[in-house]
Amino acid sequence: MPGISGRRRTKVKGVQFTIMVVGASGTGRTTFVNTLCESDVLQHKVIDEPENAHQETAIRIKPANVELEEDGIRIALTVVDTPGFGDNIDNEAGFQEIMTHLERQYDDILAEQSRIKRNPRFRDNRVHALLYFIPPTGHSLREMDIELMRRLSPRVNVIPVIGKADSLTPTELKMFKKRIMEDIEHYDIPIYNFPYDEEEDDEESIADNMELRAMLPFAVVGSEEEVEVDGELVRARVYPWGLVEVDNPNHSDFVRLRAAILGSHLNDLKTLTEDVLYETYRTEKLSRSVETSPGGNRDSVIHPDQLATQSVRIKEEQLRREEEKLREVELRVQREINEKRQELMAKEAALRNLETRINSQSQSQSNTSF
Amino acid sequence: MTEEIRAQSYVGFDSITQQIEHKLLKRGFQFNVIVVGPTGLGKSTLINTIFASHLIDSKGRFVADEPVRQTTEIQAASHVIVENGVKLRLNIVDTPGYGDQINNEGCWDPIIKYIKDQHSAYLRKELTAMRDRYIQDTRIHCCLFFISPTGHSLRPIDVIVMKKLSEVVNVVPVVAKSDSLTPDEREKFKAKIRDELAYHNIRLYPFDTDEDEEEEVQLNESIRQIIPFAVVGSENGVIIDGKSVRGRKNRWGVVNVEDPNHCEFVHLRNFLTRTHLQDLIETTAQIHYEAFRSKQLLALKEGVQRPAGGATQQ
Repeated sequence: MPGISGRRRTKVKGVQFTIMVVGASGTGRTTFVNTLCESDVLQHKVIDEPENAHQETAIRIKPANVELEEDGIRIALTVVDTPGFGDNIDNEAGFQEIMTHLERQYDDILAEQSRIKRNPRFRDNRVHALLYFIPPTGHSLREMDIELMRRLSPRVNVIPVIGKADSLTPTELKMFKKRIMEDIEHYDIPIYNFPYDEEEDDEESIADNMELRAMLPFAVVGSEEEVEVDGELVRARVYPWGLVEVDNPNHSDFVRLRAAILGSHLNDLKTLTEDVLYETYRTEKLSRSVETSPGGNRDSVIHPDQLATQSVRIKEEQLRREEEKLREVELRVQREINEKRQELMAKEAALRNLETRINSQSQSQSNTSF
Repeated sequence: MTEEIRAQSYVGFDSITQQIEHKLLKRGFQFNVIVVGPTGLGKSTLINTIFASHLIDSKGRFVADEPVRQTTEIQAASHVIVENGVKLRLNIVDTPGYGDQINNEGCWDPIIKYIKDQHSAYLRKELTAMRDRYIQDTRIHCCLFFISPTGHSLRPIDVIVMKKLSEVVNVVPVVAKSDSLTPDEREKFKAKIRDELAYHNIRLYPFDTDEDEEEEVQLNESIRQIIPFAVVGSENGVIIDGKSVRGRKNRWGVVNVEDPNHCEFVHLRNFLTRTHLQDLIETTAQIHYEAFRSKQLLALKEGVQRPAGGATQQ
């Protein structure tokens, strides 16, 4: 019976889930991911040479895979890190890369779904949740934060997170969260806010969602080090004035956030991505290509197979263009070498001429000197 | 070198130091500070902590209705603080945070311009035929540069801005909100920053001159070992061991701003006010202002000479 074997396959392979973390370096992104996965999934930024510090780096989008277990359910988690984002003076290019990555996953699945013969091992790489790291300034959102979250929200579930939250006192944190949420409402930023339906959902899930919504943005503290507290090993940060425990809900929202995105709300995030965000993108893209098709014949239906081969064709075109460029460069270099060789030969001939002339002149001179 | 004579009996001109002090106390001292750094690093709070008075308000945005991008109007807030009969006239120039936008190209230009404008204003007053007895000094004596406690290294924008600033003003770098770094992270971060500053040849205050004695050279060297100062600011008092100190209270402990084990605030405060205050004022006049002045005057001279040179060519 297909139903049971399908379920068994999921338990063995694990539920596929993809999250992306975005934020300038130093906001605690890498530590958070490693804390979440309980292992060194991501490498910290290492700057050995001082000469590298000032160099503007391009953003590198790096996915990493890890197997987790949450509440007895195995999860095949893909974490997409965005090191290099926000570090440059002009970060527009870095931001475009992130958008391109998100949209490319949608493009791939759109093409795949339109194929006549589909690939059974096709990997769905759509990002189900994007954690946006806000630095703990204590004021409100910066212009950059507002712009970025607003532009990202139509393509992915954005969950705002305050990184390195242990630099704020409880009062400061409360006011900071309040102001951020006021900004989010004022600027109409459609973040993922644990939606619930008052009429449809049961009381327990409504209460759960309301609680999570009130915690936004999540104030997290991460640590990859363990310290002994009361005979137990806990993940914490050690300061001269005290100890911040990562898993202590009084010190950080980390545990609650993890339980939500990897547990209770994992399916909701996936469903929203697949049924709403992807569908919106799909509609936009298809209506765009219909409008721009030559002849503008609105009645013609786009052959589904064309879309699949289109992306393949685009990639082939790119390769071909690059090969052509390389060949052009080769030819040009060859030509230059030939020219230089000819010049050299001409110069040698001229020198030889000069030599013979001098020789003959000196000879005739010695002849006439008598 | 002229020979030093010892008078045969006591003359009494050594009282000139008291005469000078008396005059100066009447006139008071002028000290101008500018704070530069990204939003939300506690610039205003730190100034208020250093001078133990509420001098400036934060320039941060605390209300959703307020516009996000501020006009880059850089203005000084003036205050007079009196301590034991000594009058200190303070100008604090708070700059709105830079580096908050997606594209931050050129966001440092208004700051550099402001600093140069103060030199320019002073020069103009100096060159006036009928000039004031005491020229009002708005030249910036010290720039506190705030570095975000990322724990990694300097960002490209930090390197560029610090380099440009160090060419026109005394720069003192500070790691802000350092209570988000553990002692280990802090030391590694500071060492890295020092390496990078050295690599980029960024000239930081204090500068050693030939006039300095052994003691002063050593003091300057010890300052260079601490730079950048890892600080925490607070205008609020917390009770520690029955005493009220300035600090920050968390769920896991209390940060005492004035405890050298918690942060380097005390070192910074003493450096700025108790050991190097006079030197900061003097080096601004003797090094930065002089450099600006000679460039301006040379340019003026060339501007005057060139039309004359054109005439002779005819």
